[in-house]
Amino acid sequence: MTLTEDPSTATPDAPAKEVGSARLRKEDARLITGKTTWTDNMVLPGMLYMSVLRSPIAHATISNLDVSAAKDRPNVVAVYTGQDFKDEQGSIPCAWPVTPDMVNPGHPSIAVDSVNHVGEAVAIVVARSRTAAVDAVEAIDVDYEPLPVVLDMEEAVKEGSALVHDHTESNTSYHFVFDAGEAGTGTDTDAAFDAAEVVVSRRFVQQRLIPAFMEPRSVVVGVTGDNYTLWSATQIPHILRVMAALTTGIPEHKLRVIAPDVGGGFGGKLQVNPEEILALLIARRLGKPIKWTETRSESLMTAHHGRDQVQFIDVAADREGNVKGLRVRLLADMGAYLRLITPGVPALGAFMFPGIYKFPAYRFECDGVFTNKVPTDAYRGAGRPEATFAIERIMDELAVELSMDPMELRRKNWINAEEFPFTTVAGLSYDSGDYEQATQAALELLGYDELRAEQARRRESGDPVQLGIGISTFTEMCGLAPSRVLGSLSFGAGGWEQASIRMLPTGKVEVVTGSTPHGQGHETAWSQIVADELGVPFDDVEVLHGDTAVSARGLDTYGSRSLVVGGTAVVKAAEKVVAKARKVAAHLLEASEDDLEFSGGRFSVKGTPGAGLAIQEIALAIFASHDYPEGIEPSIDAEAAFDPTNFSFPHGTHLCAMEVDTDTGFVKIRKYACVDDIGNIVNPIIVEGQMHGGLAQGISQALYEEAIYDADGNLTTGTFVDYLVPSAMDLPHFDTGNTTHAAPDNPLGAKGVGEAGCIASTPAVVNAALDAVRHLGVKDILMPMTPERVWRAIHQGGDGGARAAEGSNAYGGARTTESGIEEAAK
Amino acid sequence: MTQINVRVDGASYSDDVEPRTLLVHYLREQLGKVGTVVGCDTSNCGACTVHLDGESVKSCTVLAVQADGSEVTTIEGVADGATLHPVQKAFHEQHGLQCGYCTPGMIMASIDLLKNNPDPSEHEIREGIEGNLCRCTGYQNIVKAVQQAAGEMSSAGAHSVETTGAQA
Repeated sequence: MTLTEDPSTATPDAPAKEVGSARLRKEDARLITGKTTWTDNMVLPGMLYMSVLRSPIAHATISNLDVSAAKDRPNVVAVYTGQDFKDEQGSIPCAWPVTPDMVNPGHPSIAVDSVNHVGEAVAIVVARSRTAAVDAVEAIDVDYEPLPVVLDMEEAVKEGSALVHDHTESNTSYHFVFDAGEAGTGTDTDAAFDAAEVVVSRRFVQQRLIPAFMEPRSVVVGVTGDNYTLWSATQIPHILRVMAALTTGIPEHKLRVIAPDVGGGFGGKLQVNPEEILALLIARRLGKPIKWTETRSESLMTAHHGRDQVQFIDVAADREGNVKGLRVRLLADMGAYLRLITPGVPALGAFMFPGIYKFPAYRFECDGVFTNKVPTDAYRGAGRPEATFAIERIMDELAVELSMDPMELRRKNWINAEEFPFTTVAGLSYDSGDYEQATQAALELLGYDELRAEQARRRESGDPVQLGIGISTFTEMCGLAPSRVLGSLSFGAGGWEQASIRMLPTGKVEVVTGSTPHGQGHETAWSQIVADELGVPFDDVEVLHGDTAVSARGLDTYGSRSLVVGGTAVVKAAEKVVAKARKVAAHLLEASEDDLEFSGGRFSVKGTPGAGLAIQEIALAIFASHDYPEGIEPSIDAEAAFDPTNFSFPHGTHLCAMEVDTDTGFVKIRKYACVDDIGNIVNPIIVEGQMHGGLAQGISQALYEEAIYDADGNLTTGTFVDYLVPSAMDLPHFDTGNTTHAAPDNPLGAKGVGEAGCIASTPAVVNAALDAVRHLGVKDILMPMTPERVWRAIHQGGDGGARAAEGSNAYGGARTTESGIEEAAK
Repeated sequence: MTQINVRVDGASYSDDVEPRTLLVHYLREQLGKVGTVVGCDTSNCGACTVHLDGESVKSCTVLAVQADGSEVTTIEGVADGATLHPVQKAFHEQHGLQCGYCTPGMIMASIDLLKNNPDPSEHEIREGIEGNLCRCTGYQNIVKAVQQAAGEMSSAGAHSVETTGAQA
């Protein structure tokens, strides 16, 4: 369903618009026929293959490392250890020092003296074939002296805890504070809590997740003289180029980065990976092309993880349900090192905990904590799912405390439609929306009243299968980001985006974008935008991206920024093309520029029917340049950079109806309905697809996924056998809809859709399960809500006790903590 | 090394392979059939699904030597020239793919599913593609694509006449 009028409808006066129409994707032709350019498909003459020996110990010094036997294996060209690169590998860069005194212990690409998490690179074999390299890794001999393993954040921050890094004073990397009272965006938080009639406090756990993009990471480095080309399965070719140049010392102008077809990212490929740096260093040393492609097990163990926070959240309110204050304290697991934006993820979330509600007072504190695990970093939503989960969960808890309907409590406190733009207690300016409208549409889509009635019937009859309805009324900040705001948050880059448009002599159009897709459909959506702006056929537009030699400037794809920022840059470039073409058209038509109208790709002279030139004709004329105005350059090509002035704020209402089998603990989503306002929609098919995918990942956090480490720091969910990426059988049908309030801060009116489903859905699912069984004494159910955890919560009370908290091996990985072993032995 | 003779996407090949070589690695590394991809190392994801003598298999769980004397069809061989297979066409028309990495395996599994059950229910489709993981789509549009293909294949009884050049 949609509440939007179809803008694609042509009328006699206005030609059909591409923007808003359900164009099928250009990208598909190669993807459905296997004519793809994944990095691992690449073969270069003389290419060598690298395989990495990884630490099986979470924390240890390396006392002996003998690679001589591996060097003697057939077809092995070289074997390297950290000693070989210690003077040139630098540190994997961290671009977000969230506080001036943040401790960054440095992140070697390959371990030199010690290892700090299982999976850290210890040695590398370079061989003529993939199999020869893998075989020779087996012949490397390493002795480790184990050190105490730090895994639990709440223990790690205690005085006297063992240290992850012996050269730091504690395991705390930083203490980040946002206090609305101090910032002048709110009142004093302590005073609000002191005066409050009701305070509800909870501890929530955001479990560790693995992005689990389907295409494993892969790197190929080509060498031509002192020029290097790095193909990588990355979301960020432009950022990677800068960072790899700074890290390796290869001059930036001697390094080209190409992201060919990239098989998903979800934040997991928003990284400068150790293996990218190592492949460059080895290619430089050997003067030969190098390939590295990870196995899935390597990927799960060593590519960065996401989430992993312990959240302490307090909400203050009066008895009538008016919220008075919000206090958040986080422990955020950094893992062993700081990668590209590791410390920034929880800091980004800091501004979203107040959600859509009018809190007068707000204070946020976060400790970034080192543990002997693989680093965390961006995963779909990056900070905002964590914030949304906490606020949407505690609003339900407050409703229970006040014996209020959870939707009524939300309605009482949310920002009303007429209050936009609204400056929040966190200092953000929410751009547009109507929470009531989206909510009404979602309630209808779900069939809320009928399901509430069924819930009452089941409860009354004591049905073993109970029904619950979970609510999540959310907003998020998208369109990362205004460069000055990023600067004020100490982020190491801006948030602009670049586009250029080349008008080819045959009338075809090339669009170069700095935004780089890995499944989002940029080639299609950008073609739609340019087709409308220039009045050229959709099929005559080619979108080029992902190659720093083609797309010289760009800041890549993450944070639901592509359309909002990158798409706007395309619009701006197109406007410049039209402005330049107008001068040429005026000259050729012997008319004043002011007398020219541009519509449907054609300049015409007002009042002179028939006199006109198509933009393609102007492109050819300026290519020949035999006759063009004095004082202009012979080109109508144009380039534009766009720096947004504000974030955009999609919002929506997500409703989950959940059946909980109280006998087995098995949960089943009966119906999932959501209505999202993402501003204007360029392509409804792509939008719906993004929503579906986001929902799948958000629901999966609630129900299935968790990266589990055992007591020694081994990842026990290190394969797809143990880390549950949901199949088609594990997910429900989604009923999605949209309301449309255009974003006022960009000409497309778009807000961003890539992360919405993932951010909104997790609390809706957990709230639904709790709504089904709260009357049985259940207080909380940890994520993922495995049948064991649900069953224990129902039958053992509260949140199910220690065994539930320690994790379940129902889906694979086992924690094998000491108490767990003891209890299991009973 | 062991010699194998295998027909892949209509062409015959004769090669020496290490006995331990997996079919997927033989296809990718020796034949250059890189349309078929590797997504995991535990046979969970199904990205490498191909047809071996008409049956869908995960080519990471078949040794190349086991394919000796067999006929293999990969994603590169299912279209009839420029005419897409109805399942390929349906994945495009129903937006059943985003990044496209799982797509070759998903299409090959779906073709096999429809061969065995020409008119599957939504539940049967979900069950039928359970061995293939997708991280992008949430599966809903994949299910719709298989439903569309089922309808077209049963009504047409033959491949559609849409061509790759006229997809958009």
